[in-house]
Amino acid sequence: MSTHDHNDVVVHADGETTPARFENPGLHEHTPRQADVDPRVTKRVERQVLALFTASIIGTIVVVWAYFALPPGETASSMRTSNIVLGVGLAVCLLGIGIGGNYFIKVLMSNREYTEERHAQRSSDETREVAVQMLQDGAQDSGLTRRKALVGAGVTALALFPLSILVPLLGNVGSDWNVRKFKHTMWKKGMRLHTDPTNRPIRAADVTIGDVWHVIPEGLEELEHGKLDEKAKAVVLLVRLDPRDLRSDQSPEGETWSHDGIVAYSKICTHVGCPVALYEQQTHHLLCPCHQSTFDVADGCKVVFGPAKRPLPQLPITVDDEGYLVAQSDFTEPIGPTFWERATK
Amino acid sequence: MSELKTPPSGGAKAAAATADYLDQRTGVGNAVKFFARKVFPDHWSFFLGEIALYSFVTLLVSGVFLTMFFVPSMAETHYPDDGVWATMRGVEMSEAFKSTLDLSFEVRGGLLMRQIHHWAALIFMASIVVHMMRVFFTGAFRKPREINWVVGFVLLILGLAAGFSGYSLPDDVLSGNGLRITDGVVKAIPIIGSYLSYFIFGGEFPGTDLIPRLFTVHILLVPGLILALIGLHLFLMVMHKHTQFPGSGRTNSNVVGYPALPVYAGKLLFNFFVVFGVIALMAGTMSINPVWNYGPYDPSPVSAGAQPDWYMLFLEGALRLMPGGAEFMIGDFTVPLNVIIPAMVVPGVLFTLLAAYPFIESFATGDTSEHHLLDRPRNRPFRTAFGTSLLMAFFILVLAGSNDLIATHFHLSINDITWVFRVLLFVGPWLTFVVTKRICLGLQRKDRELVLHGHETGRIVRFASGEYIEVHKPLDAHERWLRVQHEAVRPLEIEPAEDSRGVRRKGYRKDRVRQRLSQVFYEDRVEPVTPAELAAAHAAHGHAPAEVGPGHDDHAVAAITAGGGTQHGVPEGETVPDGRNR
Repeated sequence: MSTHDHNDVVVHADGETTPARFENPGLHEHTPRQADVDPRVTKRVERQVLALFTASIIGTIVVVWAYFALPPGETASSMRTSNIVLGVGLAVCLLGIGIGGNYFIKVLMSNREYTEERHAQRSSDETREVAVQMLQDGAQDSGLTRRKALVGAGVTALALFPLSILVPLLGNVGSDWNVRKFKHTMWKKGMRLHTDPTNRPIRAADVTIGDVWHVIPEGLEELEHGKLDEKAKAVVLLVRLDPRDLRSDQSPEGETWSHDGIVAYSKICTHVGCPVALYEQQTHHLLCPCHQSTFDVADGCKVVFGPAKRPLPQLPITVDDEGYLVAQSDFTEPIGPTFWERATK
Repeated sequence: MSELKTPPSGGAKAAAATADYLDQRTGVGNAVKFFARKVFPDHWSFFLGEIALYSFVTLLVSGVFLTMFFVPSMAETHYPDDGVWATMRGVEMSEAFKSTLDLSFEVRGGLLMRQIHHWAALIFMASIVVHMMRVFFTGAFRKPREINWVVGFVLLILGLAAGFSGYSLPDDVLSGNGLRITDGVVKAIPIIGSYLSYFIFGGEFPGTDLIPRLFTVHILLVPGLILALIGLHLFLMVMHKHTQFPGSGRTNSNVVGYPALPVYAGKLLFNFFVVFGVIALMAGTMSINPVWNYGPYDPSPVSAGAQPDWYMLFLEGALRLMPGGAEFMIGDFTVPLNVIIPAMVVPGVLFTLLAAYPFIESFATGDTSEHHLLDRPRNRPFRTAFGTSLLMAFFILVLAGSNDLIATHFHLSINDITWVFRVLLFVGPWLTFVVTKRICLGLQRKDRELVLHGHETGRIVRFASGEYIEVHKPLDAHERWLRVQHEAVRPLEIEPAEDSRGVRRKGYRKDRVRQRLSQVFYEDRVEPVTPAELAAAHAAHGHAPAEVGPGHDDHAVAAITAGGGTQHGVPEGETVPDGRNR
């Protein structure tokens, strides 16, 4: 049995009374740094800080010099040199100030810690009372409680006012708001399939088995307006398979949408619209590089893996009198990602 | 005091006159009095938020530079035949893309500024996320700082918006495909999706309105909001006074640290230069987003292995993992759940949990007091485990967003990788939760053991009886305080459903929910050592009780060895204070 030193807590051998919690021992004693006690260290640090600030000045000079002396020039290497010298110069200029200053603060400025009391965020009861009283007085002065109809009209006016800006804004922002455009592309009966980007018609005989052609509609490049909009919907991938490998395509009974093993499918993924551009000859699989939806060209471009649900829409094709590949019609369903009204009439 | 006797210098006089002029007109003296010696706690992790702030300033500086030369237009043009970059000569492109090329090749220092801007954006987002992790894991979001947590959360979302809108401005093929994916996601929204797509693109994708619109969003709307909210964020921080880590002398009702002048203000200033300097070094030496290699936007080509900026990768990953079968029809209308779930539900759940967590925790804790002392993450096992499992889910989605790169680098099947991630997305966070919680409880037990038995010294002593023991050195009061200062929150106890007369109590149901939640949060816990336990442990070891008790600084090893107890080093159940912790 003994008494503890400074807490005046009695601790019995059988453990009768002890404080419920330990007590905060208070701040560590302040220990001086080397620079506080050794003037040689102080001098050394001062020299180091001076060197860092000087480096910064040199950095700035280097940047200004490089601006005039090292133009980016015409070659990749001259551009790289210009960028590296400017960048490293700027970094030295900034880091010299930053590191020098922080070092200065850390080692040379007082590192004595101070303690400040906190106060509860809540305002005192008196303040609250006064505040409530003020609000009530304000309400009283306004006389709003007695003029319900006026208040109602005022609130309604305020609530409606944004419409005067929103309606013109919303009306204009979506152009003509004709979302039916999603359902059609510029493909038409008899329109030739052209190569992308060289823009030449494709002769069926030139397409060999295993070939992949990136296709745009004839006349697309000549469009005055909305060329990219049309291209974003109309791009097609043309593949020629051995007709024996072509297990199925999407042409309905009695029609043929392919020509001698040549099939054309929309290049726009039915998942979220990336161009499906990776073709694997051995497996006849088309892979979307964005989210890896995989489509089987030999089987109507049905999804075999990945986040897409629907097969890529097929463009019905045939050949014209001169042997060039042409579209039989537009796609018979909307291309690209799913949207709410996709399947509606 | 000696300065007072010497006559003031000219500079001092001028300063005094200026101060007087300002004070008479603005009362600036009050502000100086309030701020000049205000105390701020110091810890390296408090610098994380500063990095976000300074990378934002860097973004503003480099961004202003860029706006001088960038042309936000989708009008068609051609790269001139005598242009600097040979592979682009004669290529059809938008004004936006062409001005980006000119900015990179012809404006001196333009490439550096572009790269500074892009690197700063990546660091901005990264530092926001890491800062948020610090705030989360240390419980800095608790009352009275819940509102500031929400402000910070909104800043995170605005950061994503700023990053996304800026990324798309150069109108290169990579960002264009990113926009196309965005369009696909927007169209997937039931009922209004198609109209929303028109709303964004001003007609069909890609249209000619998007770049000018994104430009306004990117340089005016979003940065304006970010600036305003940063102001609010910092105002609330100063008003609440910064939290501090627990330690000797630090309590819930004080702030221990350095005064604003000179230390804190100095650090604030110089840290900006450090952050900007590091970003400049990165921009000078590491190429980022070389759009001249990608080419202008064209809806037809796409490059394999393309990745968005890192902060968008989790959405990309979610899109990749979702199986396609989830799309279904309601009558004539199509609902692509295979897009809605990964692009909206998954981030919705992650972000809602993040934003709402402070409110969920305070509901479960039933605690209405203010908290200014931070938690050591180990002392809040549920929160720490929950946070890490949320991060794990995010991390798995990020990896899934790179599944094609993983496939090509490690020669694995993309389908297998996708399947592994699909499973991991459900198993990983759960496993992380369990493991983290166990680690936290283990660390707390380690703390208890240290407090009760002290440090191992490696000194082996043999007693006359022939018994060997290792001498343990007790912790000094400071070391011990860090390990015993916290409260172990216990699950709530609620009043019974019926009062003494058998009448059902109102609000019982809500209390029951609260109690259930509280049990999930706090059922497993380790209580900190109490003085009584320490006394008991020492008594069991045969110590003189004089060594026991709070604030005892004297850690004389001699005293222990003198005790000559017989049970040194035998941990007889001391980590089990109340039977709950086994």
